[in-house]
Amino acid sequence: MLLTITADQSESLGDASDLGHLLHKHPERVQQFDVFGGSATVFYPEVTPERCSVALVLEIDPIGLVRGRSRNREGFSLAQYVNDRPYAATSLLAVALGKVFRTALGARCDARPELVEAALPLTVEMPAVPGGATLVEQLFAPLGWTVDARPVPLDPTIPAWGDSTYSQVRLTGTLPLHAALNHLYVLIPVLDNGKHYWVGPDEVEKLVRAGSGWLGSHPQRELISRRYLAHQRGMVDEARTRLAELDDSPTGATEDGEFPAPARPLVAQRHDAVLEQVERARPASVVDLGCGQGALLRRLLTMQGVQRVVGTEVSDHALTVAAKRLHVDGMTERQADRLDLWLSSLQYQDDRLRGTGAKGFDVAVLMEVIEHIDASRLPAVSGNIFGFMAPRVVVVTTPNAEHNVLYPQLAAGAMRHPDHRFEWTRQEFATWCSGVGERHDYTVEILPIGSVDPDHGAPTQMAVFTRTDGAA
Amino acid sequence: MTTLQIPQVSLVVLVGTSGSGKSTFAGKHFLPTEVVSSDHCRGLVSDDDNDQSATKDAFDLLHYIVGKRLQRGLLTVVDATNVQPMARRALVALAKEYDVLPTAVVLDPPQAVSVERNALRPDRDFGASVVRRQHDQLRRSLKGLRREGFRNVHVLGSVEEIEAARFERTRLHNDLRHETGPFDVIGDVHGCREELETLLQRLGHDLVRDTHGRSVDAEHPEGRRVIFVGDLVDRGPDSPGVLRLAMGMVEAGHALCVSGNHEAKLARVLGGKKVTVSHGLQETLDQLDNESDEFRRRATAFVDGLIAHYVLDDGRLVVAHAGLKESYHGRASGRVRAFALYGDTSGETDEFGLPVRYPWADDYRGTATVLYGHTPVPEPEWVNNTMCLDTGCVFGGSLTALRYPEREVVQVPAAETYYEPVRPLAPPARDPDVLNLDDVLGPRIIETEHLGRVSLREESAAGAIEVMSRFAIDPARLVYLPPTMSPCDTSPSEEHLEHPVEAFAHFRKVGVTQVICEEKHMGSRAVISVDREAGGVIHTRTGRAFFDDDVSARLLANIAESLTSIGIWDELNTDWILLDAEIMPWSAKAGDLIRDQYAAVGAAARAALPATMSVLETAGARGLDLAELTARTGRRTTDAEAYVAAYRHYVWDVDGVDGIRIAPFQVLATDGSTYEERDHLWHLGVADRLVTQAPALFAPTRRLVVEVDDATSVEAGAAWWSDLTEAGGEGMVVKPLRNLTRGPKGLVQPGVKVRGREYLRIIYGPDYTTPANLSRLRNRNLGHKRSMALREYALGLEALRRVAGGEPTWRVHECVFAILAMESEPVDPRL
Repeated sequence: MLLTITADQSESLGDASDLGHLLHKHPERVQQFDVFGGSATVFYPEVTPERCSVALVLEIDPIGLVRGRSRNREGFSLAQYVNDRPYAATSLLAVALGKVFRTALGARCDARPELVEAALPLTVEMPAVPGGATLVEQLFAPLGWTVDARPVPLDPTIPAWGDSTYSQVRLTGTLPLHAALNHLYVLIPVLDNGKHYWVGPDEVEKLVRAGSGWLGSHPQRELISRRYLAHQRGMVDEARTRLAELDDSPTGATEDGEFPAPARPLVAQRHDAVLEQVERARPASVVDLGCGQGALLRRLLTMQGVQRVVGTEVSDHALTVAAKRLHVDGMTERQADRLDLWLSSLQYQDDRLRGTGAKGFDVAVLMEVIEHIDASRLPAVSGNIFGFMAPRVVVVTTPNAEHNVLYPQLAAGAMRHPDHRFEWTRQEFATWCSGVGERHDYTVEILPIGSVDPDHGAPTQMAVFTRTDGAA
Repeated sequence: MTTLQIPQVSLVVLVGTSGSGKSTFAGKHFLPTEVVSSDHCRGLVSDDDNDQSATKDAFDLLHYIVGKRLQRGLLTVVDATNVQPMARRALVALAKEYDVLPTAVVLDPPQAVSVERNALRPDRDFGASVVRRQHDQLRRSLKGLRREGFRNVHVLGSVEEIEAARFERTRLHNDLRHETGPFDVIGDVHGCREELETLLQRLGHDLVRDTHGRSVDAEHPEGRRVIFVGDLVDRGPDSPGVLRLAMGMVEAGHALCVSGNHEAKLARVLGGKKVTVSHGLQETLDQLDNESDEFRRRATAFVDGLIAHYVLDDGRLVVAHAGLKESYHGRASGRVRAFALYGDTSGETDEFGLPVRYPWADDYRGTATVLYGHTPVPEPEWVNNTMCLDTGCVFGGSLTALRYPEREVVQVPAAETYYEPVRPLAPPARDPDVLNLDDVLGPRIIETEHLGRVSLREESAAGAIEVMSRFAIDPARLVYLPPTMSPCDTSPSEEHLEHPVEAFAHFRKVGVTQVICEEKHMGSRAVISVDREAGGVIHTRTGRAFFDDDVSARLLANIAESLTSIGIWDELNTDWILLDAEIMPWSAKAGDLIRDQYAAVGAAARAALPATMSVLETAGARGLDLAELTARTGRRTTDAEAYVAAYRHYVWDVDGVDGIRIAPFQVLATDGSTYEERDHLWHLGVADRLVTQAPALFAPTRRLVVEVDDATSVEAGAAWWSDLTEAGGEGMVVKPLRNLTRGPKGLVQPGVKVRGREYLRIIYGPDYTTPANLSRLRNRNLGHKRSMALREYALGLEALRRVAGGEPTWRVHECVFAILAMESEPVDPRL
């Protein structure tokens, strides 16, 4: 991995080789430093009064990086062993920069104090920066840099693959050296986004400190600070999943939050509509099948008369998050007794959910769940829910595919979430509902959720199934 | 000297006033851990053995400890006064809860002795009045102890008696742990004497006949003994004849017999109790009318004395008529007996008016093998290490025996249907295609033919449930997942991490002489399930659909057509076939991975390294000493190019089905058969015929047979691998030529892989070949991977055996799920 910084002679910099003083690194020496993940070498390829250029070469040892973390089993994947860390300008470069040029970053130079705050004509070059040209431009241009970012092709022998996510970057600008270094120190990890497998939490604090003075007024400060969050592993997954649940937009986009949320989020409207139907059934027990991180459970728990709330999920991780978000550990005994979170799967009969009468559940909720199930598996799943569990009332919601044309950011024919196996039109949903109703002796009522478009219907459709022998 | 008998597993309740010498007595006769003392518990909860305010908590603790010990089947002595009925009632209830017999031992020395002893103890400040009150309570209690539920009551009324008492621990009647077999366990006979005689003869027992020609005993020349699971009588043509034979065998020590519910009822009738005579009892009574009084007396004593269950062979075998759940093994109580006789019933009856029995065996997780009868089943089958041996002989089924420990089933068909069953022979078991969460979640043990019990950790199952539920294909069609494969031992050479020499040595060590080297295809593993009528599925090694529906259907049609052309359906006598294959190119399935992971790393390397080289050269020209860094960077540049070249081998264009190539290398299963015992040349022969038939669709698998004891052959194998990998090949898999192999140390790995030096760059990183990196990477641990590979192999074969045998989906699925769960365990992904 390579970073070069070049200073040209100018009014403020009579002798370009003074760059050596500013950086506290002698231009005629080759210096090597042990840094996190490998070693860094600093040397000057060019030193004349007209032009002085310093190079930082970072050699990363990927095997050593993983070995040091052998106790951490998380993310135990091949990508941990073979990745771009040795080549691309990543957070590891920022960490190395922070160590090697610490004094310069701190805006100190005893030999040439007058140069510290002087704006110098600088050129920064990095051959492989993760992140597309647009993002590099968005991050550096507002700080006074002229950005030349060229995408690196993925594989020149396979042109069909197009460009990689790396850019060859050249930044030119006239600004104090310490400002330039701090920009790099903060923004390189931002470009690298969530891939900081090896950066400790203290690095985050250092980065925030380095942003003082310019980060607050940066137009991309939202993006920059959000990506800081990604430093803390664990928060990454959680945050991303939560965003993915905001399924009004495709998750690829919501990941960076580039679309404004609608005034009254559909998610909340959906919760209101589902809860209204649950309340109407006056249940003593409710099961939220596919409860995710427990957003609906929280509100079910506040419902009067409900003595038992169960959330089931197929993802152990989601249940852990749900327990955390519902503060199960801090609940009173009486509260905790009403709630159960179970690892379960709609593809399997779960004896805990079986039955009718006193043993069975009054209401089951399937909120935005069925579209995540392969159509070929739906009959087995609906047999399990309506035949085996046979709750008195089942509330099902699912997207209305007709409504998708009203989402400008959604490509024609695309679905709202990459994991959706299907999205149904109103007719398709109605057909499925009546089939299930007939097979398992339920009556069904279909209702819209969200604002109803005259042509394309509501964004979400809901069906309320009531067991024929179970009318309240 | 008085010898007091107590059952080995029992609760001994000492009863006596303060100062009566209970603790001394307990300390003399029992292990310190066997004695739970109220004073000690008082101390544990209050730091003061005599703090009476802590009494309630102390007894809570005492009960808890006693309960845990009884649950674990340990003899437990309670050292407390226990003079009050309430105190004893709680202990009797505990004994009941854990189905052990309570014994009361009353220590009743003269009051004066107790008072004097207390006076000598400075920590006991209470006076004689306390002892007197306790003594009164004790006196009043004595008569009612048996009524309170104590099975044995021993009263020691003097200091001398207490001093002289000795305990003898007796076995429970059901405890035959010392009997180690071998046994022939026979299912419900129900008066089918002829079938029983035939079965005994088939099992190798010699019948002994009396002067009337009636069989009265049977003896095995090697001393094998018979165990009858009960229900010898009723419904059938000759219950007295069966009784005569069975009684004779039991009396001669040639057989053991547990009571069936029919014996229990017969015992009541013969004992003069009023019962409703039904279910074939009338036949037995009629038949017995023709027998002598002497025989009837003998039979009455026999059926009356039968024990409800036996624990044998050091606890490894349990025989009970209707089965027995684990917590009841070796215990004695009314409900244990009821379970053993009638099964897990709730009193409900089904549409035929017969008791509803819960399938306790489905929940059984014990280590002891449980053999039982009672509920007729069409075929005996293992369910969680239990087997029902009642195959409805009297209903025209067959009479079944299981050889133990051989676990071999021996059957004799019924000569005729003697009795019409009230409900169909096969009770409506669970729907074979419906899967229950309990089939897969929680800690599980799967019985495999080739590796015995394979157990599965709960966390692994929790990890797999999500993948299985969200991404896998219909479980009814997902009948197999390929096991993981271990690499060969790490090569000690300077150049390589993996080399064929180690693979050959591996097999030599486990006694395999002939191996086959098969080219490792540069694609993705796939399992192809094809129906004769061209339906089927193609799935990946995690059970996902390999292609979209359209491509899949077209491919399957082509495959089925080729299979028809080579005549496989008739040759293997099947309508479906399961093939193990590799589908190429890798990019067809792993395109995203190659692009986003491998090519991206390559792109970054190709951008960064040449730029670094050029800066280094400029600086070097200034005279800076950068020789080492320049040399390292140069080498890394070459490595990166080699890395890029390595992944490029895996990429080619595919359009629909055009360009897709399939290399089948094993026939996994067909209707009724599995093929793990056919050698690999047979399997590859089938593949070759497909290649000849449709060379555009099917790719051949290059191979070489190597004799691992022949140096020339080994050398040829190594050279073959070098040629293969130097031309860009991924590597090879070395397998025992004969396929499934059991060596002196057990099951042999079905194959080990030897990957090419260049391919490994993708796995270990572009620079893995530098000496410093190689020496670190060499230190890799294959143990866990190997053990996983074997377990997954055994589970896979078990899945195949079950699917070929037409077993229900859930039985196949539990194996398939277990393989997936095992794959979720954390193992170095580079292996």
